[in-house]
Amino acid sequence: MVLELINLSKTYIDPETQQTIQALNNINLAVRNGEFLSIIGPSGCGKTTLLRIIAGLEQHSAGEMLFNGEQLAEPWSRVGFVFQEYALFPWRTVSENIEFGLELKGIPKSERRQRAREYIHNFGMDGFEDKYPKELSGGMKQRVAIARTLITNPAIILMDEPFGSLDSQTRNTLQEFLLSVWQDSNKTVLFVTHNIDEAVFLSNRVIGLSKRPGTIKFSQEIAIPMPRDRTSTEFNQYRKEILDFLHRERTSPDRSEKTGPFA
Amino acid sequence: MCLKTTVPGNLGAMNYITEKLKIIFPLVLLVLWQIASSLGFFPPHNIPSPIQILNGLRELIVIGLPPGSSLFLHCFESLLRVGSGFLVALVTAVPLGIVVGRFAVLRIMLTPVIEVIRPIPPLAWIPLAIIWFGIGFQSATFIIFLGCFFPILLSTISGVLSVEKRLIEAAKTLGATEKIIFLKVLIPGSTPSIFTGARIGLGIGWMTLVAAEFTGVKSGYGLGYMIMVARDIQRPDLVIAGMVAIGLLGYLLDVGVRRFESKLLRWR
Repeated sequence: MVLELINLSKTYIDPETQQTIQALNNINLAVRNGEFLSIIGPSGCGKTTLLRIIAGLEQHSAGEMLFNGEQLAEPWSRVGFVFQEYALFPWRTVSENIEFGLELKGIPKSERRQRAREYIHNFGMDGFEDKYPKELSGGMKQRVAIARTLITNPAIILMDEPFGSLDSQTRNTLQEFLLSVWQDSNKTVLFVTHNIDEAVFLSNRVIGLSKRPGTIKFSQEIAIPMPRDRTSTEFNQYRKEILDFLHRERTSPDRSEKTGPFA
Repeated sequence: MCLKTTVPGNLGAMNYITEKLKIIFPLVLLVLWQIASSLGFFPPHNIPSPIQILNGLRELIVIGLPPGSSLFLHCFESLLRVGSGFLVALVTAVPLGIVVGRFAVLRIMLTPVIEVIRPIPPLAWIPLAIIWFGIGFQSATFIIFLGCFFPILLSTISGVLSVEKRLIEAAKTLGATEKIIFLKVLIPGSTPSIFTGARIGLGIGWMTLVAAEFTGVKSGYGLGYMIMVARDIQRPDLVIAGMVAIGLLGYLLDVGVRRFESKLLRWR
């Protein structure tokens, strides 16, 4: 297992109301090496918090998190993160953005440039090496962000609604692009999305988080061979299952009041 | 001639005229002033004509005031003072601003101190500067430093605060240490704001300098000092010529910083 979460919980104190809020409750998850795993769930269920904990951007309150069976003080040595809003450095060119991680590792400039160039070429961005992020389209920015993460060779790539702010055409193109990148690289991907179609199209497995406090309430292997046809009957069957789960979650009684200070 | 042939008719002509107006308008004012002076509307010993001022400017360059101290030497000395005070402010205010911007504790701790010292005019420090450093270059540097320091500090702090949290997190997930975040995220991210502060600081520094030079200089050079000499010998034409030099130099300094800025911040 490349990543194991054992009884992972997260509580934090709301800075405004001073109330203790339980964001995640007893998450148990084993992620296989090379798996593409999507995480869905109603808004505010803690999907993003979960990814941020795995990335080391936040601390969990209880439970364990194991990478290849060991605990890591600096998860980012194994984990890469792709943000919804790209988070490219606006003062760096495409090539300089992609090179960032290599630069931190002290790799000489010429080698960095060479390796970035390979990504730029493979990602269909020839001629954009020296452009600044403001000159790129949203889809292009996200390709740069993915390249910037991949070049550091993380074992696991965490993606937080990476295509959430793209139009549906670009979104479909980038889904196919990501699929080919994933298939070539054998990386493990944890993918948070709101988009059910996207989850079924990309994933080996889809898990669903409940309303806050988030806990895994749904898990479904997607057993359709790649490439998948978005209009096939079996594709729609999976979509329906996930939709039903989300509907059940939305209409289930609210449990969030139990998480107050007198719970 | 291939001048502006691609600009559509009327709009192009309008722009062209507007563009020219910014030169024509001041010229018209000067001509009116000259005519009024020549007709004797202005007493020449109080309000010299533009031609007198121009002659004064030539006198300042060729003969100098006091004779032998050319305008260029005064400019050079003034620029040197501003430059040194500005540089000291830059190398102290920027790092301090970045640290204060990054750590909320420091911000809370230092804000009252900054807010009380900041409204004290740099000129109010002159007595203390003289006690500490005596009259001379060090005092001047200190006064200019005070004028430049706070605008740069405050802009740097707000620059750091304006750096998107996502960028810091992205750097972290790519393996950046706190030091790397300072050098490769916070500094470049706050550069636009630092430039704004530097321009304001330089402007205040320049204004402070000339005023400070009024109160006396030891070296016998400086634009403010030169103007005070012109006053002592009752020469308003030389006073105004000196003021023109101050205005032009201040303008050129700002243009210089802006050029540098747009070159450095092409990514914006």
